[in-house]
Order: sequence, then C-alpha cells, then structure tokens
Amino acid sequence: MKFSRIIANSGEWLSGDGPNRQIVVSSRVRLARNLRDKPFPGWAKKSERLDVMNLVKQAVEHLPEMAESYSENLEALSPLEKQVLVERHLISREHAAKGVGSAVVMNAPQSLSVMINEEDHLRMQAIRCGLQLDNVFKMINRVDSELEDSLEFAYSAELGYLTACPSNVGTGMRASAMLHLPGLVMSDQINKIINSVNKIGLAVRGLHGEGTEAMGNLFQVSNQTTLGEAEEEIIGRLNRVIEQVIEHEQNARALLAQRKAITLHDQIGRAYGLLCHSYSISSKEALNLLSIIKLGIDLAVFPDAHRFPVDELFIETQPAHLQKGAQVVKMSSEERDALRATIIRAKLSQVPQPDIARLRLATPATTENQ
Amino acid sequence: MQCDVCQTKEATVFLTQIVDGKMQKVNLCEGCSKEKGVNDPTGFALADLLLGLGASQEIEKSPAAQKCPICGFTQADFKKTGRLGCSNCYTVFADGIAPMLKNMHKGTQHTGKTPAAFHKIREHDEKIKALQDKLSKAIEAEEFELAANLRDQIRQVEVEPAS
Ligand SMILES: [Zn+2]
Ligand SMILES: [Zn+2]
Repeated sequence: MKFSRIIANSGEWLSGDGPNRQIVVSSRVRLARNLRDKPFPGWAKKSERLDVMNLVKQAVEHLPEMAESYSENLEALSPLEKQVLVERHLISREHAAKGVGSAVVMNAPQSLSVMINEEDHLRMQAIRCGLQLDNVFKMINRVDSELEDSLEFAYSAELGYLTACPSNVGTGMRASAMLHLPGLVMSDQINKIINSVNKIGLAVRGLHGEGTEAMGNLFQVSNQTTLGEAEEEIIGRLNRVIEQVIEHEQNARALLAQRKAITLHDQIGRAYGLLCHSYSISSKEALNLLSIIKLGIDLAVFPDAHRFPVDELFIETQPAHLQKGAQVVKMSSEERDALRATIIRAKLSQVPQPDIARLRLATPATTENQ
Repeated sequence: MQCDVCQTKEATVFLTQIVDGKMQKVNLCEGCSKEKGVNDPTGFALADLLLGLGASQEIEKSPAAQKCPICGFTQADFKKTGRLGCSNCYTVFADGIAPMLKNMHKGTQHTGKTPAAFHKIREHDEKIKALQDKLSKAIEAEEFELAANLRDQIRQVEVEPAS
C-alpha cells in the first residue's frame, strides 16, 4: 500500500464510533518490546540496527492483522510525510526524527501501528474511537502474543518486559485516552481535575500545552508506572478515573447551560462567526474555536451530521496536513494560516448557523462500557 | 525560572507529577519541551525525562568498572543517556537499577503478562519443585520406596524440554 492511499482516508479512530465518544476522542494502548540480548536501538551500531529492523519488520508484516498494510523504512519518507504520521498519532515525534535502521508498519484502517527501532526495538500501538481501552488492549495484546512465535522478547520473571528506559519495564504498557473537556476549561475546574488525577499516579496533559493553555481543550490521561501492576489493573484504574472525569465534564456543561447560558451561547456564536469569516488563522486559534463548535454539536446547537467533518478539521488543519494537501514543499506560516482559514471556511459553510433554541444536554454519564 | 535541560532559556512549560506521594517537577523552555516530546502526551517522555535529569546517579551504586559483557555498556554511558544498552544490562547493573525502579514504579515485582514460552518454563520449574518437596517429605517419613519412585520421576521431568 502506498503512502498516498494511507493518508487519503481518515483513520478509524477519527471516523469510527465508540462508547462515550462525545467526550472521549480516542483510546490508545502502546506496548514496548525488545529482542533478548540485542543492543537497544539507541546503543546499537548501524549494522545491528538494520539486522533487528529486518527481522522485526518481516515478523510484523506477516501478522494476519497486517494483511493489508503500509510498511516503510523511515529514510524513505520525507520530513513532511513523517510529520503527517505524527499529526495522525501513528508515530511519535521521536520516531519521526529517525532515519536508516528504523521503520514503521501500520494496517489500512490505521488502528494498528508498529514503530521499529524507536527507543525500543518495537513500540506497537492500537488506537480506536471513544472509550474502549479494554478492546484496544485486547487488540494489541493479541498482536504481541502472535509476535512471540517468531521473536524472542527480552523478559525477566522479576522485572517483566525489559526496555531501554527503566521507566517502562514491567508491562511496557502506556494506556491513554484523549478527552475533550471544554466544560471543565470554561468553568475553570480543569486544573483542579488535573491535580487530583496526578495524585493517584496517572498523568493528565494537554495535547499541546499545559492546563488551561491546552489547545482545543484536548487532554490526554495515561498511566505513569508500568511495574508492579498487571495490565488489566492499570486499565481498570484508568477507566474508573476517566468515567469520573466524563461525569465532571457533563456536570460542568450542565452548570454552564444553567447559570452562564448567555456566555455559552456567545462563545458558540462567536466561534462560528470567526471560523466562517477568517482569512488567516493560527493553528492554536483554529483548534480552540473548533473545540467550541464540537461542544455545540454535543449540545445539539449544530446538527449531529456535521460531527465527523468538524472532527476531521482538527487533523486537517495541522501544519503538515495542510502542506501535504496543497502539494507544496515549502510554505510560510502566513501561507499556512491563510490556507487553514480557507479550508475551514469551506467546511463551515456547510454547517447551518447555531440554533441556540435547540440547546440540550446530553443524557447523563453513560456507562455502557462494562 | 530557568529551563532544567539547557539551563539558559526561560522555562515556560512546567510539569509536575506525583508518584507515591513524592512530587517531581521539571521546568522546560519551549524549545526543549518540543525536543523532549513533552508535547506528545502519550509519549514515554516525562518519566524518561525525569529519569535523565536526576535518577541516573542511582546506578553509581554498581561497581564503577562494571561493563555489560553482551553490549559493552558502562555506568558512565547510563549517566549520559538515561537508557540502558541491552536487556542483559538489567542483570549486570541490577544493584543500581533496583532502588531506581523502587522510586519510579508502584512495585518491584512484575505481575502482568508473561510470554507463553516463559509460562512453560515456569510450569516446568514448578513441577520439579513440587516433586522435590514430596521427595524430602518421603525421605523424612522413611518411605524409601516412594522416594526412589519420586527420584525417577524428577529425573524424567528434568530431561523433558521446557517448551
Ligand atoms: Zn531549554
Ligand atoms: Zn548490555
């Protein structure tokens, strides 16, 4: 499969459906694995890295899950193509910086991707829409078990899976969910929530920026520790915390609608107005305003049919996606801001004006998953 | 406030994390935070970063001249990179790594997934252990016929391949 075919379609985690998807954008689980007694990528010589890469790549490409897949050595990708993959959360920023001796393999729906020779020999991830960490873990766990047949992973009975950095030993697992929390940000409760989640050993971070500065009101909750707890326990802990955060967000939205209705209407109206009429817009401003439109869709102020096109804009307006779409090699930030505004105007012209009279709150916390 | 990494630029990104009631803080400038991948929240970056800044001294508890026979990695390399050289380094530098892991994680014993091959090895070991327990009890009870029988069984299990 070609790179152009991969990027022609949005990943399943963006276009699909899942539990609690209004607030939980995506669930993701990453596993770190290494081959026994082979130097870790950061310490290996080039020839050793190449040997490991070829071995691992072959094993990964032969997985039944990768029957229809995209597989590439990193030196064959342009910086722009790598950045597109970063913006889609398919490879890490660190992996994008790699060249000869590193590779990436992903399936066509972009729900599975394996980074070869990132910091560890393998960093594999599964990502899906909404809150479904259990399913996502099952998916990546199966891939891991299948790979055991052809690869001998570094493992000790005491320390579990051995990783380049001691902070990842044990399960080698990072499970995370991306949450859209405009209600908690608008009602100034987000820092309180972040602090209390941090206190129980989980990390909350803004997608770009910290606390109330987080762009697009997007936050990622993930586990910080990997040793001393089984995978299912870590995920169970995350699920419980995320369900609480969802409840807080829903309450915050309800309170805003009741006590600060005019502010809420004003913000939605202004976001719509600005996005429909800008001719130059930064990534930060675009994400923050799109977040308000997304909230408007959740509140039925805009028809639900526009959910996916708006969600897509969160990715399409990122710098590398803009540039890739325009098929130009170099673009100044002014040109990007203008192009971003054009794309947003075109899409938002399909969205009718906000109908504040229709504003209604979502049904309270759905606990459909388990 | 100064950036903890480059020690020159003004820090604008402040990260705090509480693990086991211990607060860990890192202050970074815009450039370093990007470079360290702090903006990719699911990255493994924060813990790694914290490790790179402070915890690496712990490994000095291993004898200075120690070197991993498989990959040639030394303590000095760990101080520089905050990463280990290969999986065998965990055995070589075990004394230095243990206190570090204790600070960093919820526990010190892995309780999660085990590769299938290890399952078999563990089952095999447990089988032998169980027979040996029976054997010592049989000897204690002076049931020599049973003991001889158990000894044969152990010998048989020991030559069976573990996987
Ligand atoms: Zn700096
Ligand atoms: Zn080593």
